[in-house]
Amino acid sequence: MAYLDFPNVSLKGVSACVPKTILENRSLEIFKTEDFSKFLALTGVERKRIAGKDICTSDLCYYSAEKLLTDLKWGKSDIDCIIFVSQTPDYVLPATSCLLQERLGLKNEVVSIDISSGCSGWIYGLSIISALLSSGNLKRGLLLVGDTILKTCSREDKSTFPLFGDAGTATAIEFKKGDKGFRFHLASDGSGFNSIIIPDGGYRNVISESSFEKKDYERGITRDNTQLAMDGMNVFSFGMKRAPESVNLLMSHFNILHEKTDYYIFHQANKYLNEKIRKKLDLSEEKVPYTLKDFGNTSSASIPLTLLSISKELEHSQKEIIACGFGVGLSWGSVNLTIDKLVCSALIEI
Amino acid sequence: MELNLFVKNFAEIFEETEAGLFKPSTKFRDIEEWSSLLALSVIAMVDEKYNVSLTGDDIRKSLTLEDLYNIVKEKK
Repeated sequence: MAYLDFPNVSLKGVSACVPKTILENRSLEIFKTEDFSKFLALTGVERKRIAGKDICTSDLCYYSAEKLLTDLKWGKSDIDCIIFVSQTPDYVLPATSCLLQERLGLKNEVVSIDISSGCSGWIYGLSIISALLSSGNLKRGLLLVGDTILKTCSREDKSTFPLFGDAGTATAIEFKKGDKGFRFHLASDGSGFNSIIIPDGGYRNVISESSFEKKDYERGITRDNTQLAMDGMNVFSFGMKRAPESVNLLMSHFNILHEKTDYYIFHQANKYLNEKIRKKLDLSEEKVPYTLKDFGNTSSASIPLTLLSISKELEHSQKEIIACGFGVGLSWGSVNLTIDKLVCSALIEI
Repeated sequence: MELNLFVKNFAEIFEETEAGLFKPSTKFRDIEEWSSLLALSVIAMVDEKYNVSLTGDDIRKSLTLEDLYNIVKEKK
């Protein structure tokens, strides 16, 4: 079992940046022929943000980081490590975290790492940055997480394009001697690698002319092999089993009590699946916030974005939180942390 | 595990289709009401009632309700 416990680290702040362009799902071309009300009942996604050609994930994360550093009153020279978690980097190589080190004006003595991960990305990223900071050699870190995932979706694919939204986030973590820190459960199952996949464009299936041939898969699903494909049934089955299981494993391993947990922040997959997970864990609605309605499924950005939706609760008091991410990989994990007077930046739009 | 109970549990997911129309030999994907949301409801029902995780392929390769029942039984 992959349980991890990193003491001496503390979550200090969260910020998010979204493109200012709002896409209303009901006005999408695909819903001229497909049933919008059925889609809405299933996903809960009314609208989302979409990045234009000139906005990359790194841009969203850059503005998030700048704002968060200002709000925290942290100096640029205080940052010792940055981790960028995304599946929509600027380049195939080099790592986007290196570009962000320069763009943010951080010193050269910075550990910078890229992680390729989606829906479980914030959890995985948090575990790695906590591991780096926990020893106290590095003092402050930025976890930059997000995707411009709509760039990978076919507008003629009802299973992806209406569901997803673009967002970038920044999370600030600090070494703090004596702090309880974070506790994790992490897991993965590569047998489901093709449940969420962009088949061509890596080195297994190098881009060729056939990569761009549009294929009809079923009614309302047309795409080519450079675009995101999702087997909704497999992902649903996986999420319903693994998300509650991970939360339960985490809670029983670390003796965490439901009564003492204030909020459960889940990756925002879709409303139907997330409600199944909530009910399976027997959690009350007030403890499980959502951001699906206005932002859609924002991949790895969904957990920090949803944390910000309850910023009023987090800014002035101490809260016990459990967060759980699950998806592409397949990969999943949960974390338990205590948040004390979190700095929550106002949402940035570019 | 019992086939008739499985058919009954399956039929309860549907709102518009009459429960009496569901038989072990029913080709469930041909039912007019069948949709992607109903497919997820079937996966949820099987998870809740039988503690079995069905995959997309399990549903796609099943023609009749009995085919699906046999997969659930095998995985249990």
